[in-house]
Amino acid sequence: MILFLPELALIVMILVFFSVSLAKPSQNQLQGMGLFLSALAVAASVYTYGQEGTLFFDAYRVDAFSQLFKIIITLGLFIVIYLGEGLSGIGNTLKPEYYFFLTLSAFGLACMSSAVELITIILCLEIASFALFIIIPFRKHGAYRKPMEAGIKYVLFGAAASGITLYGISYIFGMTHTTYLADLVTIIPGMIFKKPLIMIGLVMLLCGFFYKLALFPMHFWAPDVYEGAANETSAFVATLPKVGAVALLIRLIFLAGVDSGQFAWVLAILAVLSMTFGNLSALVQDDIKRLLAYSSIAHAGYIMVGLVCATELGFVSGIYYIAGYLVMNLACFFVIYNLAPNGENISFDDLKGLYKRSPLLAFTLAVGAFGMAGIPPTIGFTGKLFLFTAAIKKDMYALVILAVINTGVAVFYYLKMVRASYSSVQSPMPKIRLKFSTTLLGIFFIVVILYLGTFPQGFIDFAQEAVAAVI
Amino acid sequence: MEQYLIYNTLWYPILTVLVALPLFGAFITLGIRGDRNLKIWGLLVMVVTAVLSLPLFFSFDLTTAKYQFAESGNWIPFVNIGYVLGVDGISVLLVLLTTLVMPLCILCSWTYIKERFKEFIFVLLFIEASMIGVFISLNMVLFFIFWEAMLVPMYLIIAVWGGPRKDYASIKFFLYTLIGSIFLFVAIIALYVTTGTFFIPELMTHSYSFSYQIWIFLAFTLAFAIKVPMFPVHTWLPAAHVEAPTAGSVILASILLKMGGYGFLRFCLPIAPAATVTCMPYLIAVSILSIIFGGYLALGQSDVKRLIAYSSVGHMGFVTLGIFLLNNVGIKGAILQMVNHGITTGALFILVGMIYERTHSREITDNSALGIMMPIYVSFLVIFSLSSLAFPGTNSFVGELLVLIACFTKYKIVGGFAVVGAILAAAYMLRLVQKMVWADSDGHRHSGARSELFDLNFRETATLMFLTIFVFWIGFHPTPLLEVMDASTVHLVKQVESGMHASPAGHHAVLNGLGEMVKNLLAFNH
Repeated sequence: MILFLPELALIVMILVFFSVSLAKPSQNQLQGMGLFLSALAVAASVYTYGQEGTLFFDAYRVDAFSQLFKIIITLGLFIVIYLGEGLSGIGNTLKPEYYFFLTLSAFGLACMSSAVELITIILCLEIASFALFIIIPFRKHGAYRKPMEAGIKYVLFGAAASGITLYGISYIFGMTHTTYLADLVTIIPGMIFKKPLIMIGLVMLLCGFFYKLALFPMHFWAPDVYEGAANETSAFVATLPKVGAVALLIRLIFLAGVDSGQFAWVLAILAVLSMTFGNLSALVQDDIKRLLAYSSIAHAGYIMVGLVCATELGFVSGIYYIAGYLVMNLACFFVIYNLAPNGENISFDDLKGLYKRSPLLAFTLAVGAFGMAGIPPTIGFTGKLFLFTAAIKKDMYALVILAVINTGVAVFYYLKMVRASYSSVQSPMPKIRLKFSTTLLGIFFIVVILYLGTFPQGFIDFAQEAVAAVI
Repeated sequence: MEQYLIYNTLWYPILTVLVALPLFGAFITLGIRGDRNLKIWGLLVMVVTAVLSLPLFFSFDLTTAKYQFAESGNWIPFVNIGYVLGVDGISVLLVLLTTLVMPLCILCSWTYIKERFKEFIFVLLFIEASMIGVFISLNMVLFFIFWEAMLVPMYLIIAVWGGPRKDYASIKFFLYTLIGSIFLFVAIIALYVTTGTFFIPELMTHSYSFSYQIWIFLAFTLAFAIKVPMFPVHTWLPAAHVEAPTAGSVILASILLKMGGYGFLRFCLPIAPAATVTCMPYLIAVSILSIIFGGYLALGQSDVKRLIAYSSVGHMGFVTLGIFLLNNVGIKGAILQMVNHGITTGALFILVGMIYERTHSREITDNSALGIMMPIYVSFLVIFSLSSLAFPGTNSFVGELLVLIACFTKYKIVGGFAVVGAILAAAYMLRLVQKMVWADSDGHRHSGARSELFDLNFRETATLMFLTIFVFWIGFHPTPLLEVMDASTVHLVKQVESGMHASPAGHHAVLNGLGEMVKNLLAFNH
């Protein structure tokens, strides 16, 4: 019972929103409920941290690793609900349903971090995806076509990715006769040099998570979905599913063992392609959300640099980086959301003169963007330091050199964002008045990005404990 | 760790205070209102920092090459990153240069900066903290953090308070420096993975294979060569200088450029000695090119600021030349030349800023024949111009002389080229002085006198007077400064000499062959 507490909290939240959707609650009530219940879920995750055990015939494992990810996911959900105050991009009639599906998706992700059996994993992945399929087209602003296009693309790519994953599972099951990760981890390392088919199976299995992480070559949906979905939805899609994907990738990559030969090469090549493609495409974007989408493809590549190592250092760095990425990316979406009172998309022109309109938003954007660019003392810099250290320890110099060249390219467009928001304009737009709660969130982002970047040791201790539970 | 450090015995943790005080002051700035209060607050913090930094000079132990006033503590045990600070004879003068020049940056911006004063003071204090941090960090990661943290405020100084082409100049500055430092980042991690430590003095004691040293050396050199800047990666400098406000130019010229030279001395020479010796011919050649190109380009400029920017390239060429001659005299000359360049070029940029405030032009033709209108101004102009061309009795003379002595004792031909650079310096500076002071003036005030050309006020005179003292002090009595460096430079040369034969140099046949060719071309006599 106690082991399942965070999930139960999320289920209660789902049921509450389901029943509320039958009535006509006001937006304030809805958001208050969402904040309260998601805070409960965070508390439940924190409370169960340190518990260990298995459920459902060993298909579901609760350990330090899964609970750390549940804390991150529930916290992320809380921030997304907090950030989307007023849900300005969503039509009035759809608001209760919006919260319902948002929570459902987070529930799927939370389960995913505990799933240690292939069918269970697929199930969680689908719960997380299906909920998102529905809310991506929820958008009141803009051309009718764009949100629909985004929704369709997400469904089609998601279905294709799930198909490939299932196909990969069929190979793995066929060769090993088990779907339990605990058994696979003893069988696969022995097979990987003898039977190349197992590697094909593994890579195909990973495709579903590459899709969630928006890693090359499963990234095609990202720019259109980010652009088409409402700002608050993009904030969710851009962050939480990636955290879930990283949790699963760590479990699955570990299956191949530390000395995985060609498998590591495949992942390293995908990482490089992802970074290069993402960064080069981001250079020419005008829509900020599209730019963030391409930059997220690049960040997926950086995270893979750590995961490829399949060492403790690599996994810990990966966890640290994805947590940092969550905060930095949410900081950028926080600015976008508050800049667009009617939920429209933001381009570089809208950013101009932001400094005069709202110093806090401009500074939050600067900290978030410099963080993603990897300028010290932000979380992005420290994360990259750890990731690259892990990769060089595995003698992957070429990978690291390509990655740092990419960070150099990336700085250009992040700087472009900061420059736009700090440039002066002839006739500035009216000032943006932020509520006290919104100001608080902005300060929270700035402090977390700088504090965790300067003093990472506290978080690293948790991440090390978590990784020790997997390895 | 203890064998490299002498812990601080002063009553306050001096190095931490030097970083923390400006940083703390910067955040207080955000709560202060009124331009005048802001200026006074910024000046106060910087002056206090400068005063607190003086014990670094007066309590400095001249007899040791260890790192003094050291502090150490844990920071990120996960990858063995410690918080270690310390100064030796190489860095102590640069720290003092930073703390003493920074208050002048506020003084010279007193009326120059007209908008966003709060942010301006914040950024200046922030950059002071990070610049001091670069010179005193004894941990690679800490060093890199300060090194990068300095980029953003400098970028903002140019991008927010700069001239008409500020966008172009600031982006160019940012990208050049950043691209240099990303390979530095890889090299730092590679060193950590090989040795298991980020602690700089310990990295110096390890011996690395030759090809490894070459890679590390190249990564470091790219970063530092861009910062110095050396020919042909100097192109960001004139753009940045011309667009930056006076305070920005002063910080750039006086302190930021020194970080390249400091980096060579602190990292390249002791960590990769064999690679340094192999690459020496090229770096000497590039230094000579910088000296001659810088001087030659300065000769053709009509914009005063651009002229001084190019002259910086030439002066910094002397610094890298002195460093890569790899002997005690040359390195001492290089460090002294760094300090001198900080004083003299900083003062010249302040002078340009002052005349720009009056005539709103930086063209030589718009600022000519000032002698009769602004006698105090032109007196300073002449003093600092003479110092810039290394006139005997001024500070630069001592530095350049030491470098030239080192040249002629080691490679006469190189000395010959360097002298050409010195002559070029005389040519462009004297041309500048002639035009700005006299031009075609007949020595009489005419009725159409330009009213905007009022002479320097007390604040401006005091700013320049402060630097003038150093010009003559170093010019006539450089011994105290040279004594401060002595133990450390001797130790550094020893490190290079003991490390250069450590590994066989046979791995890079192509590189060695090229090296021989360049040596033969210049008729080096070993």
